[in-house]
Amino acid sequence: MNWESAGQFWAMGGYGFFVWSSYAVTAALVAAELVAVSRRMRRARALAARDLALERMDASKRGRA
Amino acid sequence: MLSVFVSVVRRDLLLAWRRRSDVLTALGFFLLVTSLFPLGVGPEPDQLSRIAAGVMWVAALLATLLSVQRLFESDEADGTLEQMLLSVEPLAVIVLAKVCAYWLLTGLPLVVIAPLIALQFNLSPDETLIVCATLLIGTPTLSLLGAVGASLTLGLRGGGALIALLVLPLYVPLLIFGAGAVDAWRAGLGVQSHLALLGACLLVAFAVCPLASAAALRIAQD
Amino acid sequence: MSDSPLSAARVPSAGFSLFHYASPQTFFPLAGKLLWPCWIAALLLTVAGLYTAFFVAPTDATQGDSYRIIFIHVPAAWMSMVIYMAMAFWCAVGLVFNTRLSFMMSSALAPTGALWAFIALWTGALWGKPTWGTYWVWDARLTSELILFFLYCGYMALQAAIDDPRRADRAGALIAIVGAINVPIIYFSVKWWNTLHQGSSVSMTQSPTMATTMLTGMLLMALAAWAYTIGVALVRVRAIMIERERHTDWVRQLSQAGSNGDMNA
Repeated sequence: MNWESAGQFWAMGGYGFFVWSSYAVTAALVAAELVAVSRRMRRARALAARDLALERMDASKRGRA
Repeated sequence: MLSVFVSVVRRDLLLAWRRRSDVLTALGFFLLVTSLFPLGVGPEPDQLSRIAAGVMWVAALLATLLSVQRLFESDEADGTLEQMLLSVEPLAVIVLAKVCAYWLLTGLPLVVIAPLIALQFNLSPDETLIVCATLLIGTPTLSLLGAVGASLTLGLRGGGALIALLVLPLYVPLLIFGAGAVDAWRAGLGVQSHLALLGACLLVAFAVCPLASAAALRIAQD
Repeated sequence: MSDSPLSAARVPSAGFSLFHYASPQTFFPLAGKLLWPCWIAALLLTVAGLYTAFFVAPTDATQGDSYRIIFIHVPAAWMSMVIYMAMAFWCAVGLVFNTRLSFMMSSALAPTGALWAFIALWTGALWGKPTWGTYWVWDARLTSELILFFLYCGYMALQAAIDDPRRADRAGALIAIVGAINVPIIYFSVKWWNTLHQGSSVSMTQSPTMATTMLTGMLLMALAAWAYTIGVALVRVRAIMIERERHTDWVRQLSQAGSNGDMNA
């Protein structure tokens, strides 16, 4: 085991700022990409569903006429 | 094939002769940008001669970038481009001819005017010769790579910034070999390796770029 | 958007089983099935990798604990290069076989590749400060990584500037392939320039005191990055498929199934 206490772990031998900001920025960017990509998927699905609904409405109108 | 090459070169030179101001724009840009550097970094002769090659190369990149984006523009506007695409002659040869004419109009003048700027930047005659040699071998490659960017961005919005983003990263090796030659010479190393690498880049670009540019034109005009 | 020029990819070709999955409607459910394994693998490998990185790998004799940044930096740099090559590969496949899925795959990979390149630059700067005493050094690796980042930006900007997806695919493919030819030339020119100007630089990975546990940690993190990249690219390629093909029958059927509550179809 490298660390004797939690404080020592967070200090990283004096390099805490460099180590933790690297890991934090990576985690934040990965999380942001996951959010962005899942939103894109949801938007694509909604767009496809809306187009389908519009088509059905069109078809039913034409059926009545 | 040779006859179509010659006729396209002659046509482009003639068109440029009728609109001389367009040709002078790139040259004026090159002169102006290089003249700005002493004002920005100070007029100490030693410092100027140290940065001269790099400044001239960066200015040459930017001058090429500025003018190359209009390489196919007028041809697209007046329908010549469509004729070229329908032509039985290989499109790559026509593109190569256009790049040749373009280099004669914008690349070669930069090489010719370079000694004047070298004088302003306090370069010795030997160093001036080296800079001119690198520009002579390097600028055709700049034109060839620029043609690929120009045909990819033909007719797109924001073409100017886009072509810079596409082409400038590809110019990096040329900038390094071209501007590095003078440094190597000053450090007592030979410049042959730099010139040979620039020549190798030119050969690769000569083989790949006309084909890539022709393919990009077909994609753009599909 | 007409599909007619692309219809070659839709013909079910019994001879080539590989090409069976080259059409979006067969690949879409397959990609959906692959997603969860990717996420689980990424999570497990990250946990194992972080544990190794912080609790198993010893403190470096010369660099102290600042070296622990390489557990992200090196995998990120690897991924950014591998993804660019994968992009160029899919672009070449698309141009040769005229399969629209290859182009979609390539544009799905690009943002993740740019992300890794950015992370590699960011962590490289943060590693450089304690090691070299400055955030940015014109080191050969960092400089090439920066240019690679610009290449990703160029590819994405070109695709974004073209409205017609067919032209965007092909133009993007061309610049990706030209860029891939240039990547080695750029790397060697920058390396050469670097040695000419400042002698050899400190390398991040070739430290002689590199313990095997450090390598294990780096490998685990690299595998986690692979699993994450594949997962996120699959989600993005699924989204692109729906966006582009929402007027085709298979997406209509998909939307119908979706409205019945079956989201995994």
